Amino acid sequence: MKVLILGAGQVGSTVAESLVSEANDITVVDTDASKLAALQNRLDLRTLVGNASHPSVLKQAGIEDADMLLAVTQSDEVNMVACKLSAALFNTPTRIARIRSADYLAHPEIFSHDNFCVDFSICPEQILTDYVRKLIEFPEALQVLEFAEGKVSMLAVRALEDGMLVGRELKYLRVHMPQVDTRVVAIFRHDRPIIPEGSTVIEEGDEIFFILATENLRSILKELQRMGKATKRVTIVGGGNIGRRLALSLENDYQVKLIEFNKKVCGSLASELGRTLVLQGDGTDENLLESEHVGDVDVFCALTNDDENNIMSSLLAKKAGARKVIALINRSAYVGLVQGGKIDIALSPAHVTIGSLLAYVRQGDVAAVHSLRRGAAEALELIAHGDHESSRVVGRRIDEIDLPKGATIGAIVRNGEVIMGHHDRMIEPEDHVIVFVINKQMIHKIEKLFQVSIGFF
Amino acid sequence: MERALTVIRALGLLLVVFSLSYVIPIISAFIFADYTVLWDFLLAMLWTSSAGSLMWLLTRRYKGELSVRHGYLLVVGMWTAMPAFATLPLLLVIDGLSFTDAYFETMSGLTTTGASVLVGLDYLSPPINVWRHELNWLGGLGIIVLAVAILPLLGIGGRQLFKAETPGPMKDASLTPRIADTARNLWAVYVAVTMVCVVALKWAGMNWLDAVCHAFSTMGLGGFSTHDASVGYFNSPLIEFVLIIFMLFAVMNFATHFLALRGRNFSPYKNDTEAIAALGLILSSCVGIAVFLWWKGTYPDFITALRFASFNVVSIATSSGYVSTDFGQWPIFAPMWMMFLACIAASSGSTGGGIKMMRTLILFKQAGREFIKLLHPTVVNPLKIAGHVVPNNIVFAVLGFIFLYFMTIATLTFILLISGMDFISAFSAILACVNNFGPGLGQVGPETNYQSLNDFQTWICLFGMLIGRLEIFTVLILFTPRFWQR
Repeated sequence: MKVLILGAGQVGSTVAESLVSEANDITVVDTDASKLAALQNRLDLRTLVGNASHPSVLKQAGIEDADMLLAVTQSDEVNMVACKLSAALFNTPTRIARIRSADYLAHPEIFSHDNFCVDFSICPEQILTDYVRKLIEFPEALQVLEFAEGKVSMLAVRALEDGMLVGRELKYLRVHMPQVDTRVVAIFRHDRPIIPEGSTVIEEGDEIFFILATENLRSILKELQRMGKATKRVTIVGGGNIGRRLALSLENDYQVKLIEFNKKVCGSLASELGRTLVLQGDGTDENLLESEHVGDVDVFCALTNDDENNIMSSLLAKKAGARKVIALINRSAYVGLVQGGKIDIALSPAHVTIGSLLAYVRQGDVAAVHSLRRGAAEALELIAHGDHESSRVVGRRIDEIDLPKGATIGAIVRNGEVIMGHHDRMIEPEDHVIVFVINKQMIHKIEKLFQVSIGFF
Repeated sequence: MERALTVIRALGLLLVVFSLSYVIPIISAFIFADYTVLWDFLLAMLWTSSAGSLMWLLTRRYKGELSVRHGYLLVVGMWTAMPAFATLPLLLVIDGLSFTDAYFETMSGLTTTGASVLVGLDYLSPPINVWRHELNWLGGLGIIVLAVAILPLLGIGGRQLFKAETPGPMKDASLTPRIADTARNLWAVYVAVTMVCVVALKWAGMNWLDAVCHAFSTMGLGGFSTHDASVGYFNSPLIEFVLIIFMLFAVMNFATHFLALRGRNFSPYKNDTEAIAALGLILSSCVGIAVFLWWKGTYPDFITALRFASFNVVSIATSSGYVSTDFGQWPIFAPMWMMFLACIAASSGSTGGGIKMMRTLILFKQAGREFIKLLHPTVVNPLKIAGHVVPNNIVFAVLGFIFLYFMTIATLTFILLISGMDFISAFSAILACVNNFGPGLGQVGPETNYQSLNDFQTWICLFGMLIGRLEIFTVLILFTPRFWQR
């Protein structure tokens, strides 16, 4: 697939990295030559310096035979204009734009084919905010991801010493919680995947991935972990795009404090936010953290754009006694370094948001993709088409499907109803099938499996 | 000096326009075939218009643009000259009325206070009663424009906030960009609702004369009545109910009414923090005072207590000043609470008096802000009304206003105490005058009126009405030497 990426910022470069590894032809356009040079040194792709909203630049970047345009520059306006131009002048089949401003998003009609021709708009900050919000709602979880419009969730937890799972076989789960239907799709032990069987014994420190109906989320978490008290106090460090959105979405349900260094930014935050307490100060200042009782905080999120500060302030908070600390870390090398140590969750914005883009890149009918474990594993929501003749999945029992080893069908959503992926279930046409893949190399096989053979047409 | 002359020219024109307002009592004199009074009114009209013309003729060369400083002078000039000329018919018709008392009566009318020095209202000639009530109504008309257009322009006591700055309905830029248009629109609402009020009162059982007079004084939140016993004369729950509805209407910002009428929906009310706070406070006070009176045994059953409490609480809290019973006889908490409400409850663009709800809210939030600041020294929390930030300079202006407001009340109360009044009478009289609600307690209570005051005390109260109505700064600034310096 030929993909043209406009903007080599955080999102642009992560997407480029992820797509290059899947054998796509990538061209990246940016006005900053040094960013492009850094990208080209690392990855096998083409770069072009220029203004992404100029037709001549787009033409030079090869938009005429691109399959997809990905406009992810800093500016909403440039992204929208680029989509419009590529539709009007070059007839690009798929156009995706990053739109941040809620003002534009409030009027979806401006993205229609008569207006700005944006096929899909994505807002990475919003995705990240939703992601963190879930972690705050379910403080026991490492990850909570949604499929099928929120009907199915994937939950990752760490097995703790005093939790009920440690030292038991997976079968025991069924016996212990007969009322909650879940499926364990993967276990990671010391960062290595284990294919879960009924007889697998769980050890302390294992990361366990469940698939379950979203409505059961609360009850399973209650069962799995010792009864933690519900989240009440949240402290956020960093009032940038993500911190601001998060505070806005949390402030009506939790007691939120937001620490921001820049005085001017504080002023505008305070005027925009309602109940959030905006504090001006340095998130790594232990005196400030102490005087704001960071030790009593349920969730502490360090979300500035400085990795080191985030790590330091969350370490301070953890030491003071904060129940759960989350640090936003852009550099993937750091993520591996701190995750699972003192810092409960190391948040890599790139990997959280990449999934929303991957869904458009994947072949076959893919409704959602979530990138897991720093891009190593993936969870996909695929839609099965065709019939017993033309498809290799439809009309078959799950244990009859020729899945590669390490891929698991977690659940099926049929007409809004959630069916757990037990081995004897049949797949019907138009089912949404949620597949967990422990290794990215298998994704191509899965895509092929779900494609309808030519005979169908 | 030239400044004063320019203002006199404008005042002259205003007086000529004001003389047209004699038309309504003149018409009523025709209807009641009271020809002696008719001549008195024609004479008053002639004098007023010729005095105005003379002022204009003598100063017509001073055409300079009116600046902000002229504004203070003009507003104070209007509110002293118009009541002065309005005394003419009273002096001509009522024998033995001193100028002091007549001026008190007309000042009370035009400041929509509703305090009276006249007794035997039931026997006054109808055109004179119509004239008194019309003054209430005209006062309300003037106040709306003053509050919506002129005071914000002068920026008195944080008033600029109520205009362009932000909250509530005033933020709506489409309220019309020009003062003249805004005024016309608000007057249209005012006039229309007054007509509805007349019809409603007639339907509720008043005769046409009473209906027109009470509609006038209700919309202006003045509180003049055609009867010595005020609304108690009618002894009708229905009339009281209708008056409550219209008083509550008039205590809200007229700009909100205008937006709601134009848009034909209720959403402007939902966004008007002031109106919500004021209505909530007044209505819960009605119920609270009713329960209190019932508990204290003032009334045998709760329904009666609720009826009297509602009417008198709404009347005083909205700064109207009608009475339906002698609330001076109630346990002291009830009338004091009513007067407290009168100090704070009225909305900024209404015809009510006092500090205004908006300033109360700002100060309330400012106090809360200080608490948070003590607990979290590094906090950044701007003061917000209806989700909009109120700049600090406005908070300071409001603080300054409140200080002057309380100093005014204290000073004037002391002056009345020196003159020999008892404390309750003096304090309640000053509260009643500065907040423009009318009846006080004791010597000036609901069963009596301001007639018992001596001339000196009358002038003090009169000054209190003026200063309260014009938001203190406007009047006091004329007494600062700097104002007169170039």
